[in-house]
Amino acid sequence: MSKRRVVITGLGLLTPVGLNVAQTWQNIKAGKSGIAPITKFDTDKFSVKFAGMMPDFDVSEYITPKEAKKMDPFIHYGIAVGIQAFQDAGLEVTEQNATRIGVSIGSGIGGIGTIEAQHGVYQASGPRKVSPFFVPSAIINMISGHVSIKFGLKGPNLSLVTACATGTHSIGDAARLIEYGDADVMIAGGAEYATTELGLAGFAAARALSTRNDNPQAASRPWDADRDGFVLADGAGAVVLEEYEHAKSRGAKIYGEVLGFGMSGDAYHMTLPAAAGAGAARCMELALYNSKLNKSQIGYINAHGTSTPAGDVCENAAVKSVFGEHAYQLAMSSTKSMIGHALGAAGAIEAILTTLALQDQVLPPTINLDNPAEGCDLDYVAHEARDAQFDYAISNSFGFGGTNASLVLGRVK
Amino acid sequence: MSSIEDRVKKIVVEQLGVEEAQVTSDASFIDDLGADSLDTVELVMALEEEFDCEIPDEEAEKIATLAQAVAYINANME
Repeated sequence: MSKRRVVITGLGLLTPVGLNVAQTWQNIKAGKSGIAPITKFDTDKFSVKFAGMMPDFDVSEYITPKEAKKMDPFIHYGIAVGIQAFQDAGLEVTEQNATRIGVSIGSGIGGIGTIEAQHGVYQASGPRKVSPFFVPSAIINMISGHVSIKFGLKGPNLSLVTACATGTHSIGDAARLIEYGDADVMIAGGAEYATTELGLAGFAAARALSTRNDNPQAASRPWDADRDGFVLADGAGAVVLEEYEHAKSRGAKIYGEVLGFGMSGDAYHMTLPAAAGAGAARCMELALYNSKLNKSQIGYINAHGTSTPAGDVCENAAVKSVFGEHAYQLAMSSTKSMIGHALGAAGAIEAILTTLALQDQVLPPTINLDNPAEGCDLDYVAHEARDAQFDYAISNSFGFGGTNASLVLGRVK
Repeated sequence: MSSIEDRVKKIVVEQLGVEEAQVTSDASFIDDLGADSLDTVELVMALEEEFDCEIPDEEAEKIATLAQAVAYINANME
């Protein structure tokens, strides 16, 4: 039996630059930053006073207020993109196919804001005042749970947690489930809401964040000599993955194809990437091997590119070691320059942007790249998007703990 | 000052997200007003807050309607 092919037939996005796919993609192509000062809590004592947020998101467009109050915002976001993607795919759930459709939407952090709030209740009033909805409102797999309940999806139901690689692992793993035959359709992605007081304090304490408080929109500047850390962001992304013949037989709109998936572990450090991006290189190699493509066929890489001093140069070195001379022929950009770093959602958001880039034959830009750092001499599509002809692309994600994932995506002509 | 029944009804409306007209004396929180078991736990916590009392779990389990909630509060408050 030949390998089952997996295509992308539905998209859902929520980002600081747009509350749906069309708005986000338009603003990404326009090079617009979604980063803004934090006003929802007092940042006086914080070293970082800005983030990528979605203040205009209205959960009541997706679920009732009664349901919404039992869930942390990261679940709201995950449900919203799950609904967007599923509706976009136009799938009809029947008694026959319900067990063949699954959900795998993860998160890097989960309901940290709910944990903070309920800890406050506990401290002030004791254990009897802790909400009965505290646990189901905060645990990560509840996005997949709620989406399955909403649409009656009885196939595999899970959520992966691999920090900033969550979205990429979720999509790659879900594609494998379809290839292997566990499901015919999977809704896969990631969601994050960590711009809370404790979330911001924690990442700031780890010295992971940019402190460019005087100019937040210039803070995320991957590969730039003056980069000083990533910008924390909220967001979510989900795709509907579908077995090719299943999609074709129902006349589904096909955005692109998942051709390869690679994973690796650094076995090196809690937060720092391994020297010369060795782990990143290995997972790109594995994804390419899985795709059966020739390296020279890759036209674009949507980089992990978080704007941290160590991470950007390691990924740069990894791309050079994997692609050799071809590294200088392909384009690599970081859409985090505009969105910030939405942690467990980032990989899903970026896989979608990569799919749209392939479909529209447009390379999204890396904004704020005014002065590339030493050794950063590749084509980063600095400042402005541009048209290009390419059929295959890679989307990379690397997480704390030394976890790496790469997807190879293809254009469907 | 509003009656105990009005105050309880207001909490039921808020907690369960239902219309006031649906909250009749004997409407079951679970069977008629769409609450699940966790909703009823939260509802009892809201009643404790409103009436500044502590309702033991074994008593809370018996409160399934507006009438039962009002009766419990009347019986346990001076």
